[in-house]
Amino acid sequence: MTDKTQADPFEPKLVAFCCTYCAYTAGDLAGSMRLDYAPNVRVVKILCTGKIDAVLLLRAFEDGADGVYVAGCARGDCHFLEGNLRAIQVVAYAKKLLAEIGVEPERLEFFHIPASAGPLFAARANEMTDRVRKLGPNRLRAAAGQDAGGKLGNPVDEHAPLPPARFGRLITDAERVVGRIGNPP
Amino acid sequence: MIVAERKSLDQIESMIEGFEKVLIAGCGTCVAVCMSGGEKQVELLAAELRMKGKLAGRNRRIDEITVTRQCDKEYLDQLARYVDQYDAIVSTACGAGVQFLAERYDTKIVLPALNTRFIGVAEGPGVWSQRCMACAECILDQTGGICPMTLCAKNLLNGPCGGTNHGKCEVDSQKDCAWTLIYRRLEKLGRLDLMTKIQPPKNYQPMTKPGRFTHEAFEQAEGNEE
Repeated sequence: MTDKTQADPFEPKLVAFCCTYCAYTAGDLAGSMRLDYAPNVRVVKILCTGKIDAVLLLRAFEDGADGVYVAGCARGDCHFLEGNLRAIQVVAYAKKLLAEIGVEPERLEFFHIPASAGPLFAARANEMTDRVRKLGPNRLRAAAGQDAGGKLGNPVDEHAPLPPARFGRLITDAERVVGRIGNPP
Repeated sequence: MIVAERKSLDQIESMIEGFEKVLIAGCGTCVAVCMSGGEKQVELLAAELRMKGKLAGRNRRIDEITVTRQCDKEYLDQLARYVDQYDAIVSTACGAGVQFLAERYDTKIVLPALNTRFIGVAEGPGVWSQRCMACAECILDQTGGICPMTLCAKNLLNGPCGGTNHGKCEVDSQKDCAWTLIYRRLEKLGRLDLMTKIQPPKNYQPMTKPGRFTHEAFEQAEGNEE
């Protein structure tokens, strides 16, 4: 990336979490179709949008992304049946968290992009880039590199963990090991 | 399981006001299952607090760690090597865990991130409901496995009362009448005769706070030490 002068207009950076089966394939198709779309979008391929967790979305913003969107299959088309439906819930929840923090929830969105919809992939990328451009830069970008803490290394468990429990296994009297007393083999 | 919900970010934010180094200590047991204070929720809370701090221009450090349980000393000991570095510890355990943590590290400021709600079950994804109020004298054998102490608004042991309304409760028309549920269950089990049995007045003495319980196997050992 080249250094930009101050006179340059704001160019947002977006992260798009795309599912392998639909949105990512649509992105491939958009490429094959030689479609132009905003170069601001960084695509992250995930197996299914059901993988998305609110932590991942918040972390993208914490690390300075101006906008984030999750793109998955159309309703009823999820390869894993309901991954996309879960992602819709997670994105809605993450929007609430963003509002609590003070980041505009509009910076985050969920889109359905079927595998055959190359033009839709390009349109969504442009639409989201325009939306974020209007919102302006993520105010967290400046502090993104600043160390403000993180996960501590989990201490080695000094107490040996218990042997794996065998929950759900029916133990009947019949399989009890019978003692040998008065019962020679 | 103990069910708890997280306090609002503003409430937690105001509790840690003025502290520069904060440790968020998660609990990996009940509150992890009810999605309010486990490792994942600690990550979320820490990310939220870090972002909010940065937006407000604060120079604040928020670290995270989750232990298996906060209601056992052995697991709290794992935090010993870290706590000295922090001004305050925010615990995402239930009320019991927060208190035990505060007791173990009694020179540290320990703050609660959750509101502890009840002992309950998972009705479905993300939905929990109360099923036990720890009355210390279980009568579920007489009531078809449905607790009138918890589910009946009036804690009636001999019900239903006159307020039962087509299976709903007069106190809240959205709630089921516990005694209608009990009747239906006993009917299904062929044990309706239990309905005619009169329960004696409830002995509330075992419920006296604070509860304390020593396992029989340990009673002798405890006596010897004294």
